[in-house]
Amino acid sequence: MNTIKTLTHPKANTPRRLRHGSHLPVAAPLRRNRRRLQLTRWIGLGLFGFWILVALFGPLLAPYPMGAFVSDQIFGGASLAHLLGTDYMGRDMLSRILTGARYTVGLALVAALLSSLVGAGFGMLAVLLPRWLEEAVRRVFDTLISIPSKMMALVMVSAFGASIPLLITATVLSYAPGAFRIAHSLAANLSTMEYVQVAQTRGEGRLYIATREIFPNMIQSVLTDMGMRFVFIVLLLSGMSFLGLGVQPPAADLGSLVRENIGGLSQGALAVIAPALAIGTLTIGANLLIDSLSTSRATHKE
Amino acid sequence: MRNTLLGLVSRRLGASLLTLLMVSLVIFAITSLLPGDTAQQILGQFATPEQVAALREQLGLNQPAVVRYWHWLSGFVTGDLGQSASNGMAVAQLINDRLPNSLILAGITTVVSVPIAITMGVVAAMCRGGLVDRLLNLVTLSMVAVPEFLVATLAVLIFAVKLDWLPALSYVSTVSSLGDAMKIYAMPVLTLCCVLIAQMARMTRAALIDQLDSPYVEMAQLKGVPPIRRVMRHALPNAVGPIANAVALSLSYLLGGVIIVETIFNYPGIASLMVDAVSNRDLALVQACAMLFCGTYLVLVMMADVCAILSNPRLRNR
Repeated sequence: MNTIKTLTHPKANTPRRLRHGSHLPVAAPLRRNRRRLQLTRWIGLGLFGFWILVALFGPLLAPYPMGAFVSDQIFGGASLAHLLGTDYMGRDMLSRILTGARYTVGLALVAALLSSLVGAGFGMLAVLLPRWLEEAVRRVFDTLISIPSKMMALVMVSAFGASIPLLITATVLSYAPGAFRIAHSLAANLSTMEYVQVAQTRGEGRLYIATREIFPNMIQSVLTDMGMRFVFIVLLLSGMSFLGLGVQPPAADLGSLVRENIGGLSQGALAVIAPALAIGTLTIGANLLIDSLSTSRATHKE
Repeated sequence: MRNTLLGLVSRRLGASLLTLLMVSLVIFAITSLLPGDTAQQILGQFATPEQVAALREQLGLNQPAVVRYWHWLSGFVTGDLGQSASNGMAVAQLINDRLPNSLILAGITTVVSVPIAITMGVVAAMCRGGLVDRLLNLVTLSMVAVPEFLVATLAVLIFAVKLDWLPALSYVSTVSSLGDAMKIYAMPVLTLCCVLIAQMARMTRAALIDQLDSPYVEMAQLKGVPPIRRVMRHALPNAVGPIANAVALSLSYLLGGVIIVETIFNYPGIASLMVDAVSNRDLALVQACAMLFCGTYLVLVMMADVCAILSNPRLRNR
């Protein structure tokens, strides 16, 4: 890798596009540091990749249908017929987790994508709007950001009842403002760059400037931010399901699986531990992966 | 002079109050978007239309939303929070009964977690890049992302089921000795601490490293000041502000965690009251609890900002 530290890199202020990689000055990285980053990245990638695969193909691999009563034994331990035991009604836990993971990962992915889309979209737009309108948009998002996400979800569920579209709406309302803040400050910085001013002088329209000059330079940060949001959204949605105010039966995400089997906790049932561990490994994996990606980007930038 | 400082702090206070007002507007708007639902809710499915209309009149639901918002808001100022729809008790009374329990839980958690977290953060910053730092980084990074109910279920499994040291459920009314109290609070506090400590330790480490990277610390290093003295006497006093900021911000994470923890341990606090209210769609109670939580959150964030303002010597001596 490039280990020369240049103070005035000729391309330091030129637009940085994804396909060219980073052209910013690169600090001499510590080799040991790099290997550590690789380790967290591989752990993260392994855990997160595993759950993405489960979400994609899990239901196909499930040995039994999700709702089928397959055993007389409730809270059964692990056996060859039921690798993760059985739940409080004698259903196969492995099948339920394989199916539930799709809800957890899928819902959180959709919500994270929408949050970032709404947040980053408004963030870019706000820079191009007239000053008073920009201020108004900022005020609205600032208000929404001061409502903790669980409060927003609880208040909305109490008013409209728990349903999947409502959960996604509540999530977007609480997580888009954070994405907006980051995208807005990025876009505001980028819009003062010389190449944007050149484009403005050239007479390019606002839409062109937003999509062709500003957006390509902030996409990496927006994606990292979305990854972080994904982790928080998984925690929020499974928390809501755990309270019985999220995904409603007969559908079940991993949080609902913990909730419905909580009665088996005093016996140390696998049916409680397994879905809770599933959520933990998913979020830990995603967090490690995102952190290693953003840290390695930060060391590149130094 | 001092006036600039006072001005900055009071401006921050005013901004928080304005935000709280906007938040109340959002909460009111969400919970009142469904017209007439409240009266129907209270009377149940089999109420006659006349009964519903009478109750609507009595509750003032026929008035325009602005008037209702005004009544609701002025109720907050005077302490009249309305009545619970599910059991007819005054909302203020219900909250009054439960609030001390939650405050005790939050207080114990704070007292336990802050010293541990700051120690961890300082140690990690001192051995930056070393084995201890890397290990702490991996642990805290993982803990931040762990859902509270995983920590709680594992804690119950280990300490209540396998070792049989602690009761699985919290019963605050049966406290007779200090030992009992510790047994009851051990697991809820442990669960809350896990995420909180990880969060705080990471932010403390970042704040201290920020100082350690500054020229005056490098100067001290060049003078030959030993590392421990460099951290304790040079960097740490300057990092107090950012660390206090980090602590206040992290404590706002308690608000989310306490909802799960009170539910899982059957702890009779304000969060479990709110979860029950949401399940029963008891809107007056939900509104009051939500305002309480949002207000607390705003106070914590404001305290974080004020700490940052007060600790900035450039602002102090101007």
